[in-house]
Amino acid sequence: MTSIALNPELAGISRLLIQAAMLVYTAAFLTFAFHLSKLASVEKKVRSSASKLERVGIILLAIAAVIHGAGVILRGISASRVPWANMYEFSITGSFVVVTIFLLALTIKDIRLIATFVAGFNLLILGTADTVFWVNVKSLMPALQSYWLVIHVLVAVLATAFFNIGAALAIAYIFKTAKWVEKSKLKMVATFRRILALFPAPEKMERLAYRFNIIGFILWSFTLIAGAIWAERAWHRYWGWDTKEVWTFIIWTIYAGYLHANATRGWTGKRSAWLALVGFVAILFNFTIVNLFFKGLHVYSGLK
Amino acid sequence: MVISSSPSKSDFDSNEEIKSPQLSLAGWSRWIWRQLTSMKTALLLLLLLAVAAVPGSVFPQRSADPNGVTAYFDNNPGLAPILDAVQLFDVYTSAWFSAIYILLFISLIGCVLPRTAVHFKALRSAPVETPRLLSRMPAHLKVTASAKLRATILDSAAKLLKKQGYRVQIQSGADGKPASVSAERGYLRETGNLVFHLSLIGVLVAVGVGGGLSYSGQRVLVEGESFVNNLAGFDSFSPGTFFSEDKLVPFSVSLDKFEVDFDLQNQSNLGTPLDFRAFVTSRVVGETDARTAVIRVNEPLELPGSKLYLTGNGYAPQLTIRDTEGNITYQGATPFLPQSAKYTSLGVIKVPDAKKQFGLIAFFYPTVAELETGALTSLYPAPYDPLLTMNVYVGDLGIDGGAPKNVYALDTSKMKQVAGGKSGVKGLKLEVGQTVKLPGDLGTVTFDGLKRFASLDVSYNPGGLWVLVFSLLALAGVTTSLLVPRRRVWVKLNESGFELAALARGDDPTLDRVVASLASELKPSTSKTESKA
Repeated sequence: MTSIALNPELAGISRLLIQAAMLVYTAAFLTFAFHLSKLASVEKKVRSSASKLERVGIILLAIAAVIHGAGVILRGISASRVPWANMYEFSITGSFVVVTIFLLALTIKDIRLIATFVAGFNLLILGTADTVFWVNVKSLMPALQSYWLVIHVLVAVLATAFFNIGAALAIAYIFKTAKWVEKSKLKMVATFRRILALFPAPEKMERLAYRFNIIGFILWSFTLIAGAIWAERAWHRYWGWDTKEVWTFIIWTIYAGYLHANATRGWTGKRSAWLALVGFVAILFNFTIVNLFFKGLHVYSGLK
Repeated sequence: MVISSSPSKSDFDSNEEIKSPQLSLAGWSRWIWRQLTSMKTALLLLLLLAVAAVPGSVFPQRSADPNGVTAYFDNNPGLAPILDAVQLFDVYTSAWFSAIYILLFISLIGCVLPRTAVHFKALRSAPVETPRLLSRMPAHLKVTASAKLRATILDSAAKLLKKQGYRVQIQSGADGKPASVSAERGYLRETGNLVFHLSLIGVLVAVGVGGGLSYSGQRVLVEGESFVNNLAGFDSFSPGTFFSEDKLVPFSVSLDKFEVDFDLQNQSNLGTPLDFRAFVTSRVVGETDARTAVIRVNEPLELPGSKLYLTGNGYAPQLTIRDTEGNITYQGATPFLPQSAKYTSLGVIKVPDAKKQFGLIAFFYPTVAELETGALTSLYPAPYDPLLTMNVYVGDLGIDGGAPKNVYALDTSKMKQVAGGKSGVKGLKLEVGQTVKLPGDLGTVTFDGLKRFASLDVSYNPGGLWVLVFSLLALAGVTTSLLVPRRRVWVKLNESGFELAALARGDDPTLDRVVASLASELKPSTSKTESKA
């Protein structure tokens, strides 16, 4: 007789920590936004006082990440397994990986300017996770009881995080090179333009986005293969065009297109940035709409 | 001979084309070939493939969800035949989806084969000639050096670069004396790229051939039952194109016992299945010794020539039906299909051998409870308080014609309901061990006991291993091609010392660093101020 010990109290504490992290993310997000608006100021004095604010933002983001990480770990302990077996857990773990990669990447590359995006994105994901996806701790259904859960899903989370940062850079690129932003006489757009002027040159952002996306692509390819190996054991075939398999394939194909675009004259720059963005939208679609509304074997949201 | 490099449509239609069809045909096909194998076409085909895959996730597919297709036809009788005509229920084997990926692979082959030849040549040729103006390269450095250092600098640069994995050549100047070192590294980048694309062809072939040789058969077994691995032994069977029955190794499998653990401890997790275990005995026909094993969801059983998987389970209530004279007209354990997580299950019993044919549509509740509306439900998936309810239909069961019928469905179109629903007679309710009277003169039904059943799947696909091998090769290839930098480095003597330069294929942010560190290794005192002449 198999039995399992779940700890809902601990899961409650984990949830509180996640909510606390959301508060700190909010503070970090506001600080970064305020910082950007200061940087965009026409007055030089205001601009020079901004860097301190940025440092405060990064520290807040790091604090949020630590609390967030503690919440993720407690969730795992409360369920006595890896904390990524349903949508809620995937969301909290995935967004934790995003912020971790971002903070680590800061030590290598100067990508501070997308901090606003990262803080805002994590806030959004955690907010959705806490209000829509939340489920109490559950045991794993027999089909999920495999070490492939650790490998397959962890790599998928990592890939998603890299694609996420790639997409953030693509968005910045698209705005920075947009004609309407460049030409508009509206005051709001002018402020926005000054913020964009602080970002690295478009070519540099394009290269950075490419670096994040190629790592994402390699990890995503691995996710696909690991998923097929697991499916061969659990579902007696390595590939069966299950809705989730279909979307994993679609995403892989879009990013393969993105890689080709970067080597095709006339497709670099704006078009490839759009492709990176379409790829990431497909990932979000795969995670939300496909999980919740499409029929298939990957029904792990835990929601009714 | 006029071969237009980019003929427009009007070129194709013009009279000249008709006058000299052979030449224009050659020109035309050469143009098509060039277009097809261009990077832009590959890119567009990839995007097209992504878009074409979408409908397969929106509409139910015959391969993944045949019942969904049937249900779609029932719910949309007008639309479904139209969708079917354009193969939207078989997207991944459809003509249009196949056309896209076949074109993509032709494009891939046309692109990769010439590149393989070029790369093969490049692998055996010496590094390029050192450019005259190194200052034009993206990374460049001038270093002053004494005559003594200049005399040995080329040799030590060549040695150093060779150690770093470069292919190196010392090249002579106009006067015939050694003047520069030309070095190149990162041939693996293109090798990886080619391996990736060639492996994708391998994946496609392995999927195709493996699928053709594969088969899978499904069988529902109640505890105590057994089946033999031949076509008659399966409830349903899907063979690949090249399958023949003699490929089936004759073995038999019996289900001795089926166990399920449901969570009884954790409030938030109550009734969740923790483990399914099918205890089986397998015996290869002709061999005497039997083998016992436990099959779990993630742990299939290896049998000669195939694997045995556990794909489903449920309850099989044992019933005995007797006519008014006490003759047994039906006896056995019938698999009921689970309808919910709490194992409320639906079963159909057909009694063709009675004097008057009749059928039962029955619900089974493992732990029964009554809702406020009066409807019954199951609270827990294990049989703590099992109850069976039945509606009874009399009339033509429709099985005398000999046509195969779904054993899990009762076609009531030619039948009359005599118990349950709006028939005016209450539906039957039975607990284990009870016997109740059937309406009219149909006799009695006894709920003898409860067994479980397991859905088993025998699968064989020899392509799987090769798909995996080629996939892993492709993964290794693409990783190499994306991460290995390819660059050329030159060291050249000049009047006051020497200069260094580097050029990369694609983006390489480390290029300046490569040049700077090489300079400082060749002349340890190289200062930063000397950089970027």
